Amino acid sequence: MLYFTRWKAAAIVLTALIVCLFAVPNFFPESTVKTWPKWAQRHLVLGLDLQGGAHILLEVDTAAVRKDYLANTLDDVRRVLRDARVGYTGLVVRGNSVEVRMRDDAGYNTALPKLRELSVPLGGLIGSSGQNNLTVTTEAGNLVRLTLGEPAVLDRVRKSVEQSIQIIEKRVNELGTVEPLIQRQGADRILVQVPGLQDTSRLKDILGTTAKLDFRMVDTNNSIEQAVQGRAPPESEVLYSSTEPRTPYLIEKRVVVPGGDLTDAQPGFDQRTTEPIVSFRFNTAGARKFAQATQENVGKPFAIVLDNKVISAPVIREPIIGGSGQISGSFTVQSANDLSILLRAGALPAPLTIIEERTVGPGLGADSIAKGQLSSYVGAALVIIFMFVTYGLFGLFANIAVAINVAMIFGILSLLNATLTLPGIAGIVLTVGIAVDSNVLIYERIREEVRAGRSPINAIDAGFARALATILDSNITTFIAAAVLFYIGTGPVRGFAVTLGIGIITTVFTAFTVTRLIVATWVRWRRPQTVPI
Amino acid sequence: MRLLRIVPDDTKFDFMQFRRISFPISAILSILAIGLYFFHGLNFGIDFKGGLLLELQSKSETADLSKLRATLSGLEMGEVQLQQFGGPANVLVRIAEQPGGDTAQQAAVQKVRGALGDSYEYRRVEVVGPRVSSELLSYGVVGLGLAIIGILIYLWFRFEWQFALGAMIANVHDIVLTIGFMSITQIDFDLTSIAALLTILGYSLNDTVVIYDRIREMLRRYKKMPMAELLNGAVNQTLSRSVITHVTVTLALLALLLFGGQAIHSFAATMTFGVVLVGTYTSIFIAAPILIYLGVGRGGDALSKPESDKGKKA
Repeated sequence: MLYFTRWKAAAIVLTALIVCLFAVPNFFPESTVKTWPKWAQRHLVLGLDLQGGAHILLEVDTAAVRKDYLANTLDDVRRVLRDARVGYTGLVVRGNSVEVRMRDDAGYNTALPKLRELSVPLGGLIGSSGQNNLTVTTEAGNLVRLTLGEPAVLDRVRKSVEQSIQIIEKRVNELGTVEPLIQRQGADRILVQVPGLQDTSRLKDILGTTAKLDFRMVDTNNSIEQAVQGRAPPESEVLYSSTEPRTPYLIEKRVVVPGGDLTDAQPGFDQRTTEPIVSFRFNTAGARKFAQATQENVGKPFAIVLDNKVISAPVIREPIIGGSGQISGSFTVQSANDLSILLRAGALPAPLTIIEERTVGPGLGADSIAKGQLSSYVGAALVIIFMFVTYGLFGLFANIAVAINVAMIFGILSLLNATLTLPGIAGIVLTVGIAVDSNVLIYERIREEVRAGRSPINAIDAGFARALATILDSNITTFIAAAVLFYIGTGPVRGFAVTLGIGIITTVFTAFTVTRLIVATWVRWRRPQTVPI
Repeated sequence: MRLLRIVPDDTKFDFMQFRRISFPISAILSILAIGLYFFHGLNFGIDFKGGLLLELQSKSETADLSKLRATLSGLEMGEVQLQQFGGPANVLVRIAEQPGGDTAQQAAVQKVRGALGDSYEYRRVEVVGPRVSSELLSYGVVGLGLAIIGILIYLWFRFEWQFALGAMIANVHDIVLTIGFMSITQIDFDLTSIAALLTILGYSLNDTVVIYDRIREMLRRYKKMPMAELLNGAVNQTLSRSVITHVTVTLALLALLLFGGQAIHSFAATMTFGVVLVGTYTSIFIAAPILIYLGVGRGGDALSKPESDKGKKA
């Protein structure tokens, strides 16, 4: 147990040294580290609880996705029937299905194969599950029912999450924040973490807005008064202005130019009124549609609708053919700026709900760092003194091993670019407490072997041999607990699991190698006649 | 230099005899703890209950609690708890989960921010919606269960089933007593508490495993020794290690408890109770003596490995 071949000893020293060296970048300012080679730049990341920042968990509104899907299906059915010139009555969404009743048998026979074409396999050609998005069933009385399958909704939710992540990235990056983290969580959730962010209300506004912008015509043929009382014509709907007082408008459901046709949006000021505005530019298709619509409707009002609220409803004075325009509508400088960010990034495919928010201000973070440091210094000092008082020289060996152990924890954490949280610091402090346990086990065993009458070198040898098996057994149980904690925990708690788990690995490593090597070297050097413990 | 000997070298305390006292005490305490859990309950924190938690720091010297209370009650948001901590300017505000799902919680934050205006700095804002809180709770419970099962399976492979069962009884005993402690003190029960419970579990087992290791070793070596005497020997021989290790862990925990600040205070307190008070007691007075009743076998596996097997390595 006490004999190390030369290369083995070298390997141990080298491993410990390299792992420890990975901790070095943490002691230099970031600007210095940036100039180093890429592999040397790995460092610890402070958790949001230490550096301050916002953690926001968003969820895609599955109900809205389903509703949207059904509404689209309804539109498709209407289009198919119109193209086929089939008369129908009662086209409605009922529960999870779209139902339509054809006027006569001839129409039914023409329409059914066309409606069946709406049902397409999920997931395209690759990874096709063999399921279709819609199940088409028929009933007596020329009724056709298209039922939306749950896999289709889930598929749409999954795609919504992917698209939303890209859009959120664009939006958050435009806020000028440092290294935001945006990642998918589970099937329908997105985690957004923005370090250092103080005021979350703006971030939440930006994340919580769908930003679905449409250009539509104001319906001037029907009475707004009647529509408000619930008698809106089927092709129009009542929408309210985004500003107080809420003014009702009767807006055509047909979209003239969808927001997706916007290529750019910039905040600015109106040259005449100096009021903040958002100027925008359409792509070619959008420009053509907009030009045509404005040519046909000179003198009539059109509406700019954002998330079902009317931002403004100007009257078309002349055809707009250049493909660009501006939106004015009681903006402040900030809201004009935010709207242009939202428009540039594009609309979210489905609304997102904030289901969890945790924000830590920088003041509290700094306090936590200070307290974490203080408690770890005090804890380490107490343990070191106690070990020295209890075991003397061997206590000193143990303390050296613990110091290497902690340095290695930091090295591995840096190598993994792991996040250090306040509970994580607690994990390191506890590791210090528990790491010396391995030494205690070894030393107590040596004391016993000495009492049993073995010679010093024999006793030390036997002590190591017997204690190491125990150390392995006892640490694996704690490691299982840490692994479970890592799996179930989030944020700070996960940080604790990481340091605890890594601490156990380094503890076992140092006990098996570093401590043994130190003691072995000492034994070879001093050839002790008694064991000083 | 004279070195510290906390436990004298030839301690021979009759721990097994003590089981006639320790088992009834543990049984009573466990029943008490379970009773506390059901009748006194745990103080579920925001993680599991949902709602709002705000840590405010007044921009003036001291926070005017009564005015703050009046302002917040005026918003009619149900139960509002105020707690001063750290300094006179710092207030912790807890607001119960608002009816109306996830969006209602966000609306409540806006209302509070609107009502308080600029007079406070928001050091921490936590908002947990109803779905997240119920998920976190089930994760926590499932996690505890998984950890116990995982550790059991490991012990079953490494030792014999009697050891695994003994360790599990000790385990459950630890967790039950710690939950009783959390009920009495009404410490916030949240994700950090689950972390504390899992760590207590790990450490207590760590201790138990060390003693079990010794028992197994002695079972192989002393084939004719009466069981009680053997168990006593194992506990006494490892006693010095148990005490010293617990002193070091206690020192580390005390540092966290005294200097770690509010954020990890409940964590450190729970850990101190669980590891220092319960964990040690359990391994010595429950986990070891219970093996007498579980009938640890000396046949089979234990017999087939002769003592020289270990001796050769040494």
